[in-house]
Amino acid sequence: MTLALSHFSAAVLFAVFASIVFGITQRSTSREQIRYGLYCFAMFVGGVFVAGWVMWFLRR
Amino acid sequence: MANSSSGKKSSEAIDSKAAAPPLTTMAVLAPAVGWLIPGAGHLIQRRWLRGGLLLGSIATMFVLGLLMQGHVYQPNGGDILDMLGFVGDVGAGGLYILTQVMNWGQGAISHATADYGTKYLIVAGLLNFISAADAYHIAVGKKP
Repeated sequence: MTLALSHFSAAVLFAVFASIVFGITQRSTSREQIRYGLYCFAMFVGGVFVAGWVMWFLRR
Repeated sequence: MANSSSGKKSSEAIDSKAAAPPLTTMAVLAPAVGWLIPGAGHLIQRRWLRGGLLLGSIATMFVLGLLMQGHVYQPNGGDILDMLGFVGDVGAGGLYILTQVMNWGQGAISHATADYGTKYLIVAGLLNFISAADAYHIAVGKKP
């Protein structure tokens, strides 16, 4: 069985799993963990969009 | 002067000894088990939700990496990047041992996004190192 994800879906899945682990391990209380996990997810996905636009401008 | 200096040093040594975390059985067991089975270091300390989420995240990431035909690095790679890849992969503990036993992750890469799979495998291992360290911090009481 082979899984062929698109670049974007691979990046979003990566962001989901990494954010969960970062949230749990880097903060102490449940509330802080959720907030930090969401923050990391937003940064990961935001970084994907920023990098995408930077590459689009570089290519032009 | 010399006495006050040596007295200060000895009091600092006492402080650092007092600050050193206690070496309990759990402090050794939790990171070891957590490395072998992702999230298990939390589960044996009754952090059920955290352990389950860590297990789900790291194991799913590793399995997705394998399904994407990611490359699993071997311990005897001569190249420095291969060695670093191996360090990342071996962080997954039991999952890495399973791939070695079953000879997974050694096939020829046949599609462009397989490189993502390789990165998934490495990052799953690195995240498991963080998870094991977190289990240790819980065991020694540095974290609730």
